[in-house]
Amino acid sequence: MNGVHDMGGMHGFGKVEPEPDEPVFHAPWEGRVVAMNRAMGHLGLWTIDIGRFFRESLPPHVYLGSSYYKKWELGLEDLCVRYGLIGGDELAAGHALHPARPVTCVLTAADAPEALSRGSFERPAPAPAKFKAGDRVRTRNINPPGHTRLPRYARGHAGVVECIRGCHVFPDAVAAGKGEDPHWLYTVVFEARELWGEAADPAVKVSIDAWEPYLEVA
Amino acid sequence: MNLHRHDPHHDHGPGSELGEMQLRVRALETILTEKGYVDPKALDFIIDAYETRIGPHIGARIVARAWAEPDFRRALMADATAAVGALGAGSRAVHLIAVENTPQLHNMVVCTLCSCYPWEVLGLPPVWYKAAPYRSRAVIDPRGVLADFGVTLPAGTDIRVWDSTAETRYLVLPMRPAGTEGWSEEQLATLVTRDSMIGTGLAHAPDAQRAAP
Repeated sequence: MNGVHDMGGMHGFGKVEPEPDEPVFHAPWEGRVVAMNRAMGHLGLWTIDIGRFFRESLPPHVYLGSSYYKKWELGLEDLCVRYGLIGGDELAAGHALHPARPVTCVLTAADAPEALSRGSFERPAPAPAKFKAGDRVRTRNINPPGHTRLPRYARGHAGVVECIRGCHVFPDAVAAGKGEDPHWLYTVVFEARELWGEAADPAVKVSIDAWEPYLEVA
Repeated sequence: MNLHRHDPHHDHGPGSELGEMQLRVRALETILTEKGYVDPKALDFIIDAYETRIGPHIGARIVARAWAEPDFRRALMADATAAVGALGAGSRAVHLIAVENTPQLHNMVVCTLCSCYPWEVLGLPPVWYKAAPYRSRAVIDPRGVLADFGVTLPAGTDIRVWDSTAETRYLVLPMRPAGTEGWSEEQLATLVTRDSMIGTGLAHAPDAQRAAP
């Protein structure tokens, strides 16, 4: 979706402001949100890309006006409601009011160490890779209303396949409820001048990791 | 989705957000716990892991090993997931890719779409990495971003920005500072900053206090 989360190349957000000796969490609730997201993800009802799509789907003013972990909290509330785990009335009451939806795979303290590691997103390839390192490619000009990992700034541009990263779960499909639909994943590198025009720095290159459906022969 | 379109709480100032969010998060955790979806002890474990065990010291150890041992450096550049797995450092990394800075090339990592970051070797990302200024500018003005960090690259250094759009995760192998010949891995690791492994900083130069005996 062409949302405000897709920030590459936007102007007006100001300087980057590193915080010296930044704590891991700025308030205890931030840690609870990280951990709840991990634990609820462990239930297996949604995937990492579905979680991303819910955060991207926050109203633009909420997305831009909320701290990072607030976005995670709001996204998690939406996921829990959408997947029938909790009700809006329960959120308002601050307590459970209805029976739980039966779930398996509740994350226990004993399982938690293993849950700190992500699973692999690589899958067996349904077909040979269409491109190889060194191939000239062009990203497609797509504007899907659903989840995609092809940023706007990198659409419709010519680049070079630098590396094949394996065959990976396709976010656009999985977030649309169409299953994992694995596709070949490539690192594609662009000249900054191709992305940003002739005034851009000729000594800068930018790469994305692009699934095969994002690419066509240049 | 869009449950928050009419949320009366969203536009309070940052000061009130803290109290509002404490209450909101407590309410959510209460409901999820009462319904048996989460075990608060598991949450405690995850928080403790990121506060005390999983952080940039893991990446610093990997970088120091790569500086000290050419064979490990080659293995890291060829397959960082396998090399880091063999090191037994921290939690198991997946789809990890190391990119190496040289006098000719400086690498910088960003996630313009969200906040993808190599948690397993650097811990949770800093606020600036997840915020709009960095996500918007890293791909269009990387030298300006470096200037925000007080970093000026020597003339003639090319820049490569890696936008983490997939589940691949990038770790920058910074250049080893001059004057560290003969240093142990433990000493070298003290020079490796988190930002140098993202590409928004350089490794520290040795100073008298850190110098090897």
